Order: sequence, then C-alpha cells, then structure tokens
Amino acid sequence: MTAVGRRAVLVGGAVVAGGGIVGGAVALRPDRPAVPVPTAGGETVAFHGPHQAGITTPAQAHAVFTALDLRPGSGPGDVRRLLRMLTDDAGRLTAGRPPLEASDPELPALPSRLTVTFGFGPGLFDVLGRGGECPAVLRDLPAFATDRLDPRWSGGDLLLQVCSDDPLPLSYALRRLVRSARSIATVRWTQRGFGPARGSEPAGTTPRNLMGQRDGTANPPAGPELDDTVWVRDGPGWLRGGSMLVLRRVRMELDTWDDFGREGKHMAVARRLDTGAPVTGGGEFDDVDPRMVDGRGIPIAIGGAHVLRATARDPGERMLRRGYSYDDGPTTDGLPDAGLLFAAYQADAARAFVPVQKRLAESDVMNQWITHVGSSTWAIPPGCESLTKLP
Amino acid sequence: MSSILRRGLLAAAAVATLALSACGSPDAPAAPAGTPASAAAGLTVTDAWVKPADSGMTAVFGTLTATGAPVTVVSATTSASPRTELHEVVMNGGAMTMRPKEGGFVVDPAAAHELTPGGDHVMVMDLASPIRPGDQVRVTFTLAGGETVEFTALAKDTTGGEETYSDHAGMNG
Repeated sequence: MTAVGRRAVLVGGAVVAGGGIVGGAVALRPDRPAVPVPTAGGETVAFHGPHQAGITTPAQAHAVFTALDLRPGSGPGDVRRLLRMLTDDAGRLTAGRPPLEASDPELPALPSRLTVTFGFGPGLFDVLGRGGECPAVLRDLPAFATDRLDPRWSGGDLLLQVCSDDPLPLSYALRRLVRSARSIATVRWTQRGFGPARGSEPAGTTPRNLMGQRDGTANPPAGPELDDTVWVRDGPGWLRGGSMLVLRRVRMELDTWDDFGREGKHMAVARRLDTGAPVTGGGEFDDVDPRMVDGRGIPIAIGGAHVLRATARDPGERMLRRGYSYDDGPTTDGLPDAGLLFAAYQADAARAFVPVQKRLAESDVMNQWITHVGSSTWAIPPGCESLTKLP
Repeated sequence: MSSILRRGLLAAAAVATLALSACGSPDAPAAPAGTPASAAAGLTVTDAWVKPADSGMTAVFGTLTATGAPVTVVSATTSASPRTELHEVVMNGGAMTMRPKEGGFVVDPAAAHELTPGGDHVMVMDLASPIRPGDQVRVTFTLAGGETVEFTALAKDTTGGEETYSDHAGMNG
C-alpha cells in the first residue's frame, strides 16, 4: 500500500482523507488508489535562469528575509563554499526536493512556488577583496531626516529572501539554508512578512497593506517596462541581469491610523481605500490629477499626499515594490507592532529609491503614521543561468 | 582535496567572480543527471555529496542509476585522498559494521542504487587535507568493463547515519 493510501486508512471513516495530499497525489477515498492531482502546492518556480526568481515572480503569500554576516576572518574561498552550498540547496528546495544531505522528502515536496533570492551586502564585497565594486549607493545609502533606524533590522553581508505561498516549505527551506550557512556565517536578523492568501482575490489584484490601502498600484506590469525597471542593463558586467534591492522596515502607527477619519485617510494618500482609485477620479490604475480643483478652486489632492510625492517623475525613478506586511505584535501593553517590509527592486537605487525617499522624507502626510526603522541594501546578482559555469 | 582541485578553486577565487553562477552543483535538479561520459558508460550519478572531515576518513554518497544493462562499480578514486574503498554497512552481533563490499556496487536498471549514511558508500581514507562544507571532491568510478565515470560530490554537513568515520574500531576489514 502506498503511504498515501495508508494514511487515508488511518484517517478512518472520513469521506475525504484530510491532509492526504502528498507529493501532489490525493487519496479521495480510502478504498481508491491515490491519483496524481495538480495542486497549488506542487507548483514550482525555476531557480535557474538569466535572472534570479523571487523578483518579477508574482508575489507569493509569505516571505522571510534573513541577513547573514560572514564570520570574522572569512575570505573569498569561504564565500565560494557558502554560495556553492546555498545555491545547491536552493535549486533542490525550489524544485520540491530536499537538500543533498537531508532525508525527509515530505517537507519540501509541495514548494508552493518557493523561491530563494540571494543578495550581496557591502561586507561581502569587502571579504572578496573587491570592496570598490560595491555600488556606492548600496554601501552608503543616504540618511533621510525621518529615519529612525535600529541596527537590529539593518545591514548584513548576504541576504536570503525566501518566498512561498505556504509557510511550511518556506520554514523548512529557511532552516536548511541557514543550517548550510552557519559554519561560515551568523544570522544578523530575520524578518517575516505576509501578503494576501493565495487565491483570496483574483491573481494580479494589488494587495492591501495593514492600513487597508492597495499597495503597489504603480508597479509596472510584467513585460518590457518591468524588465527595464528592475534589471541592471549597464554598469559592471557581473551585475548585468541583476538588480538592486532596498529593504526598509516601515513601522506603522496603526492605533492612531485606525482612529483617523476615513476621508482623511483618502486624502493622506490621494487614493481611496476601497478601490485604490485616485481621489480625483478614475480607476485604480489612473494617475492622481494634482491640478484638479473643487468648486472653490481648492486642489482636491493635497500637495503632501503620499502618492503625489512617491510617484516616479521619470522612468529612472520607477521601482518594483514587492512589499510584505509584518505583524510582530501586540505588545504587552496591547499596542500593535506592525508595518511593512518595503522591498524595492530597481536597476539603480541612486536613481530610484534615493530621490523618491528624499521627497517622502521632506514631505509626506503619511509620515505621521509611518517610520522607517530598518534598512538594508543589496546587490542582487543575476541568476544561475546554467550549471556549465562551474568554477 | 587534490592539488588540481585546490588550484582550480584558488584560480576561481582570484578571478573572484561575484556571480551566483560561479556556484551550484553539477547535479542540481534542474540539470540533466550525470555527465555525458557517465551516460556513455551506462551509469549516471546524481545527488552526490561528501561528509566534511578534518582528517582521517569520510564517505561519499549519491544515487547511481544504470541507464541500460546492469552495471557494476568495482573501484573508486577521489581527488581527496590516495585511498578509496567501496563499503557496505551490515549488522554484526547487534552493531552496525562497515566492511568492503564484495564484488563492488551492482546497479540494476530496475532501481536506483542509493549510497547513504548507514548503507553502501564510497569510503575515502587517509584524507590529504580537510574537506570543509561547500568543498567539492572529484570522484572517478571504474566499472567492471573498465570504463570510468567521473562526477563531483559537494561537501554538506550532517550528523545523520549510524557510523562514525573517524572510528577505526568499528572497521572489519
């Protein structure tokens, strides 16, 4: 008898053997053999390709960002050994298979679009003896007046961004990746985030953040515009086909936000909560019209509205906002401890994140409720194109 | 690790490519299993890995698949040491004991032949230098017909398996 069949019997008289999904096979009835059924859990995203997965991949429901620090005394050979292990693990896990030395195939069997994305922090360039090749904006991201950065959520040498629609294979992937890494690197911080459950709204719907706003409306649709936005086209050859990630932990003052008037919430962003449409009219994907005035000649969208400040003013300012909500609360006093893991992918952070965040730090009505409390910057190398490029 | 492999890694480190493509394994799941050489010999080796060790002994594991007729692996050499044996683990007086496998590994095309901790494995003895996690070891199998099959094993840490490869006392032959 197959494992699936045995489990179905153990479930007893249940008409449907709940939890009988193993490796994409479902035992619908105990007396019938298991048959392969396509499930969302069995969906995979290829690890190998010209670009790393987990960037233009439609956002999975769950994400974890873990920053590693290379142990003191590490050299280029250690980085090489580390990446060799991690990319091998990632290739297997994202295909629904265990790491080489692991013996439990059930845990990774339903990857649910698992992706593992690697980012290089400034310290990794230094260990390689190539500190000068770290893009300046990533090494020295400008400080912004509204920053309240906590080292606990900032910096790092190597980023693991692991995403999946299912937190179980995600948790397994992270624990195995970190296990492979820990003889060479320590864990600096881990930040977990979530988006809407898969299928809760039609695919492609802009997700809501914890303030209730549709967040990511301005993201370019898949295609050439998205590619131009995120992938490095020029600059150092090793980064071409890669990207730059600025990851900010943005705390939200949800207690006061919840008590703020609904019209005020619309005005703070210049978009409506329900539809995401501009307060000046149109649909979600229309721009806010800053020149539109009401009957008394007063602009309908206020000048400090978030969207007006955040909108790209030239193509170079575009970013892919691939954010995830976090909720680490409530505190012992019953207050929220929540916000947004703002993950912005772009071809050049000096041209995109920096000028946009500068505008927002200067003036954004939303600054009353949001504070950047963590920051890290990552060079995202291109993907593992093929396995013929071994050292 | 052989001087050839070490030179290769050092050369690569000198180039110090920043690309992720500088890494990966020769038999990651996205790639076709085995190498052309091994396919020609009628044997593919996938998921090959080696347990890290500072000195003494360690072992190589993986999955052997005969692509046509049954294949027998009669011996192995590696880049990590001058001495390699094909071993099995048997119950002997209630204890797990390793010993050389008589006749080598016979791989039947009907089923993959797994080399695992606690089972058949390639014993690597008298390590020339430490094998650290993430290192690569080149392994060459010689088949009964004289053909050779070459593959790379990636060093991955584990505490699994019944045997301790540093313990000579458990050896029987």
